[in-house]
Amino acid sequence: MKYMMFVCSDTEPDNDPTDLPDIHAWVAENDARGRRLTGDVLAPTSAATTVRVRKGELLVSEGPFAETTEVIVGFDLLDCADLDEAIEVARAHPMAREGRLELRPFADLSA
Amino acid sequence: MRPPAPVGAVAAASAGAARAVGDASVEAYPRIVATLIRVTGDWALAEDCAQEALAVALERWPADGVPANPGGWLLTVARNRALDVLRRATVERRKLHDLALLTPPDGQPEAAAPEDVVDDRLRLIFTCCHPALAIEARVALTLRTVCGVPTGDIARLLLVSESTMTRRLTRARTRIAQAGIPYRVPSGPALTERLPGVLAVLYLLFTRGYVVDGEPAFADEAVRLARLLDRLMPKQSEVAALLALFLFQHSRRDARRDAAGNLLTLERQDRARWDRAAIAEGLGALDRVRHDGPYAWQARIAACHATASSADATDWPAIARAYDALMGIRPSPVIALNRAVAHGYAYGPHAGLSLLDAAQAGGGLDGNPLAVAVRADLVARQGDRLWAAALFREAAAAVDSTVERRALLDRAAELTR
Repeated sequence: MKYMMFVCSDTEPDNDPTDLPDIHAWVAENDARGRRLTGDVLAPTSAATTVRVRKGELLVSEGPFAETTEVIVGFDLLDCADLDEAIEVARAHPMAREGRLELRPFADLSA
Repeated sequence: MRPPAPVGAVAAASAGAARAVGDASVEAYPRIVATLIRVTGDWALAEDCAQEALAVALERWPADGVPANPGGWLLTVARNRALDVLRRATVERRKLHDLALLTPPDGQPEAAAPEDVVDDRLRLIFTCCHPALAIEARVALTLRTVCGVPTGDIARLLLVSESTMTRRLTRARTRIAQAGIPYRVPSGPALTERLPGVLAVLYLLFTRGYVVDGEPAFADEAVRLARLLDRLMPKQSEVAALLALFLFQHSRRDARRDAAGNLLTLERQDRARWDRAAIAEGLGALDRVRHDGPYAWQARIAACHATASSADATDWPAIARAYDALMGIRPSPVIALNRAVAHGYAYGPHAGLSLLDAAQAGGGLDGNPLAVAVRADLVARQGDRLWAAALFREAAAAVDSTVERRALLDRAAELTR
């Protein structure tokens, strides 16, 4: 199953620095095992631009579409056997502690 | 309450058959549902077919007699029903093929299973109790799918409308498929991590049945489920501890109320009405516990009460030690309160009061009438009857339940008599 893993900031991170996983090791391991297809880090929301078309008119505005304290800072595209495997992959990501991760399966449009 | 026994041979035979259906469903229902889910992957279909098999049994067994292997009979009927439905829907050949090959067990299903074959029912329980499902969805799904409780009954006893419960169950089944929740028992360290979540669902099932002013709702299901889990996972001693805890508490179900239906505290219950068989089974389970988890300590405390010949003969120092240990591993205001009670009985009201002061200092017991009642009891035993009576009245004014209020006012009246 494919999951989009949103990497988010969190207002209540776990500040314990012991045994914090290394992101490069995490990427290398999951790439090697075929569980991570791609992923990247996003620029801050101050760099975001929101685009809408309403009644045929293009509306472009500065900033993210929703102003929140918790924001998406990156993403990883995972390919796992099931949710349990995706949870195992997510828990080993450093941002599981410093922020939070959301696992979103892709919609099954064939069903 | 059991219905009165029917009179006449026909009525007796049909009552016997109905009981046989009931007995078989306890064992067979979750097995049938679990097996059909494994083969078809369709939760609703599995539940419907298992339910229909029970209905067919209720119709046929009174006339035809109870079959030699009731579980196998039910699985065959349920499987055939599933085959019909799938044929009509003409789904993938693979599922039909697997279903057709599915032969019901011949009397000795569990003993025949090799070590590495995981019981389908265990898979079902772990999936229903997956942490990615909301807790109320886990409770509802476990009751419906593992215990076979009709949706309408679950709705009524959990105080929601039937349509709400139907939606909640449908959403949970859809979520299992969409989120990719596996139909599997976790292994290794994952099992150790996941088991407490499963036990928490069982505990919730059990305690939901103990609401004040209400009768036990799902306690029987929780006991049965704990027994099944204990049999399927004999090496997990926290499961045995939970089963023991359930059995000790459940052993008092007939003694908890007086003739008028008022709740009785432990020391006022008629111990002759405690279920000795349940206590013996609980002690047997507790005997296999080889660790010091939270359920183990709670079970040991319950065992002290269950084995005491009278309230005065209770081993309070042992209970006080167990609460000390519980405070160490799972501190909470309620544990702190119970610890004060235990120390009060073990070492005198002064010891209890100083622990109660400490427990209330944290603020977690503010506005808790039980804490006021505990203080009242300790003060009464110190000899200050008027102050104790005033505290009992204060507690009575703060409780929601009329039954409890009456009991507290009775205590106040006794002290000022």
